Amino acid sequence: MAETATEAPTYPALSLVPKAESKQTMKDFKSDQEVRWCPGCGDYAVLAAVQGFMPELGLAKENIVFVSGIGCSSRFPYYMNTYGMHSIHGRAPAIATGLATSRPDLSVWVVTGDGDALSIGGNHLIHALRRNVNLKILLFNNRIYGLTKGQYSPTSELGKITKSTPMGSLDAPFNPVSLAIGAEASFVARTVDSDRKHLTSVLRAAAAHPGTALVEIYQNCNIFNDGAFDALKDKERALEAVIPLEHGKPIRFGVPAEDGLGSKGVVRDPATGDLRVVDVTAEGTDGVLVHDAHAASPTTAFALSRLADPDTLHHTPIGVLRDVDRPVYDTLMSEQLEQAVEQRGKGDLGALLAGNDTWTVVG
Amino acid sequence: MTSQVSSPADQQRSSGSPAKEVRRLERVIIRFAGDSGDGMQLTGDRFTSETASFGNDLSTLPNFPAEIRAPAGTLPGVSSFQLHFADHDILTPGDAPDVLVAMNPAALKANLPDLPRGAEIIVNTDEFSKRAMAKVGYAANPLEDGSLEAYRVHPVPLTTLTLEALKDSGLARRDAERAKNMFALGLLSWMYHRPTEGTEAFLRKKFAKKPEVADANVAAFRAGWNFGETTEDFAVSYEVAPASSAFPPGTYRNISGNLALSYGLIAASRQADLPLYLGSYPITPASDILHELSRHKNFGVRTFQAEDEIAGIGAALGAAFGGSLAVTTTSGPGVALKSETIGLAVSLELPLLIVDIQRGGPSTGLPTKTEQADLLQAMYGRNGEAPVPVVAPATPGDCFDAALDAARIALTYRTPVFLLSDGYLANGSEPWRIPETEGLPDLRVRFATGPNHTTEDGTEVFWPYKRDPHTLARPWAVPGTPGLEHRIGGIEKQDGTGNISYDPANHDFMVRTRQAKVDGIEVPDVTVDDPTGDARLLVLGWGSTYGPITAAVRRLRAAGEKVAQTHLRHLNPFPGNLGEVLKRYDKVVVPEMNLGQLATLLRAKYLVDAQSYTQVRGLPFKAEQLATVLKEAIDG
Repeated sequence: MAETATEAPTYPALSLVPKAESKQTMKDFKSDQEVRWCPGCGDYAVLAAVQGFMPELGLAKENIVFVSGIGCSSRFPYYMNTYGMHSIHGRAPAIATGLATSRPDLSVWVVTGDGDALSIGGNHLIHALRRNVNLKILLFNNRIYGLTKGQYSPTSELGKITKSTPMGSLDAPFNPVSLAIGAEASFVARTVDSDRKHLTSVLRAAAAHPGTALVEIYQNCNIFNDGAFDALKDKERALEAVIPLEHGKPIRFGVPAEDGLGSKGVVRDPATGDLRVVDVTAEGTDGVLVHDAHAASPTTAFALSRLADPDTLHHTPIGVLRDVDRPVYDTLMSEQLEQAVEQRGKGDLGALLAGNDTWTVVG
Repeated sequence: MTSQVSSPADQQRSSGSPAKEVRRLERVIIRFAGDSGDGMQLTGDRFTSETASFGNDLSTLPNFPAEIRAPAGTLPGVSSFQLHFADHDILTPGDAPDVLVAMNPAALKANLPDLPRGAEIIVNTDEFSKRAMAKVGYAANPLEDGSLEAYRVHPVPLTTLTLEALKDSGLARRDAERAKNMFALGLLSWMYHRPTEGTEAFLRKKFAKKPEVADANVAAFRAGWNFGETTEDFAVSYEVAPASSAFPPGTYRNISGNLALSYGLIAASRQADLPLYLGSYPITPASDILHELSRHKNFGVRTFQAEDEIAGIGAALGAAFGGSLAVTTTSGPGVALKSETIGLAVSLELPLLIVDIQRGGPSTGLPTKTEQADLLQAMYGRNGEAPVPVVAPATPGDCFDAALDAARIALTYRTPVFLLSDGYLANGSEPWRIPETEGLPDLRVRFATGPNHTTEDGTEVFWPYKRDPHTLARPWAVPGTPGLEHRIGGIEKQDGTGNISYDPANHDFMVRTRQAKVDGIEVPDVTVDDPTGDARLLVLGWGSTYGPITAAVRRLRAAGEKVAQTHLRHLNPFPGNLGEVLKRYDKVVVPEMNLGQLATLLRAKYLVDAQSYTQVRGLPFKAEQLATVLKEAIDG
């Protein structure tokens, strides 16, 4: 899987966060707590990738906060040697919003899962995205409820047999990326737990993004939903399944064609405007879309997200689908406070309490 | 603005118009009533402002339907505003109106049962069409069938007179008609010698962008005044002298509970030297606090209108973690939604104010009416043992002090605190002595700055749950403080380290310690008001019943009865001397606007036979009603 293109990393989103005084290593970000996920859980790989990436940001680690909800992945903050809060089910984006909007000097990360973010906390997720609060949301999607021992989740495939659906799930799943784009997200990416290089590149892009970044991480639950993403991980099958997205590059995948790029490409159907996958060896490469993560309109990013088959995961786009500049909520909020002081002067409590309509009683 | 009595009629007087009889009154209760679109709340507010600036003591009771524009002319659509003002210290908006202004048949019919015989009724005759009367079940015209003989009725064609006064205004008939509330206000202002400059200035400012509407309203207001001055139907006007002797010296203003509460929060933020952060979701009757705080960003106030009640408190809790003075404002249904997050705040032991402006329940209940039925929800409405301190203001102005007190407890003890106001306090208003800002309490806190524990091997570490031995508060270590990185959460924590712990003994210890922390909060002893010192009956209230209970007690004492009174500001923990006080009396009566929630707590904790007297009518108690109940208790 290709790495998302990045220039030398700069983090405008973090310009107000104090820098570390000395060079950091991955070890600086490991807490003294024993990690208690099931052996073989995909969460370990994500934790290692995040701990490994953090030194690159070069931020004072006391100015980094991880906030989580409830679920297996939500234990994440305990293992990071930063400030952290393991909150309640679904509410992490709301709590993080309060923290981020009141403290522009913090780098705030939310760790959540498919049940936490999309079921009980769905409302907070979509509103955080539309507001564009300076939060980085890592959504661990294992398509199952793990902590409660194996019920179907809002991303489980239709018909899935689980403890609570012995005859098959009746729920059509959410596509988190489509949902986020629909919720006006300014940054949406998808990556996979086992591809540390790609995962790190996506974290890098998310950290650099001013505003809310949603990173969906396909994460294997080896106890209750083992192999859910094998189609994307097995080298051979991945050729057919994964559509790697890189900004500025043609959207090609599959067995390499003569030009070294994939033999399949994504083109726009002139009749419907929708996207479809074609064999470029037969149809040529002329119509193949060049990925533009910065496109103002979310239409193509949304259409790309719809190519994936929720059952087989065929044609799953991986990478940064959308990364656009939009006013950041916390910045706007701070500006209003400054503007209020400019216009009316710093608040005078005595004058406020007195108001304009008083009378005096003399003793 | 400092006001004196003057009026358009002064000019008339000076030009030789015969002066009418002026009678002096000690107090008056006026109720303005009309359709919910008739502007009765605005009319009442203006009359209140005039009265406040004149220097009377006053108390108000706005009463309106939840519907923004309920079906016109119907009984459920009636909106009213009652104002009690006096030349002496008063405590309630009054039991029964001396004067009813009824803008239509519905307003007359809905309010007539509250009127004592002999009351004055000023009625807009223009609205008494057959259809309008039929709508509310009047078979015959009550203005003509003799059914109002017990009252002094002033039939006034308010609509016609307003239209006549505005015939040259250029306004369309419908727009001109809307100024009839200002005509009524002008008439009442004349009747009671209210100063008028404030209202005229208010109208000019309110309609600054529509000068023709401002002109029309001012013209209607003046026309109402002049109508009173000239028409023979109104032979007498009344003076209620300023209540100067009722008030301690100082500068005063009129204030509603929600405004006082908002100011209390801003003051607490200043006194704590912490930025104020409000996370809130609109809900009646609490939204005014969100509106008010949103206007004061130049005090460093951040207001966040969240996607729901849960996000409102969630954002506040996040801000508390970051070191803000954090607040969420709501009413009962919102508290229900916030319960889980309140439990988290109990577990995280972070300061957080939960302002509950109580309204009628259960469920959506009576959104615009008052009630005190969230006490047990505040006390116990969470999973697990989750003690939360509860503070309740007694009057609109007291909301200011109660907010500061709630902030003191939250900040000192690192705990969520309930501030239980209610719809009556929120919308009611009274004169308020403006406090000197220098005299406000010091609420500054110390954030943790370094290690607070030495391990066995001599290492200096930071333990987020190592407590202050006196307050049992844990350190408040805000992100951005180097070396104090720590993780907190809703899972049970090990004493001291704050690490996850499932140890049975530790859980038992932590549950008891959190309870002990709240039980140990310092609150002042209750004081008992018992002038003769030998009363056998104690009446005890909490929250907004203070006014009616105190008024009832005064009546009884004026009639020679002995009754002791005390009022609770702190519902959790109770004041340390409360048990002893309760046991001193033969009888304890607890009036509440619920089905006896405080009485239940008192009986459980102190094993006293507290007698509950309750009402859940969406309205405050009447002083007379309480006086009767207390008299029976004295005699019985």
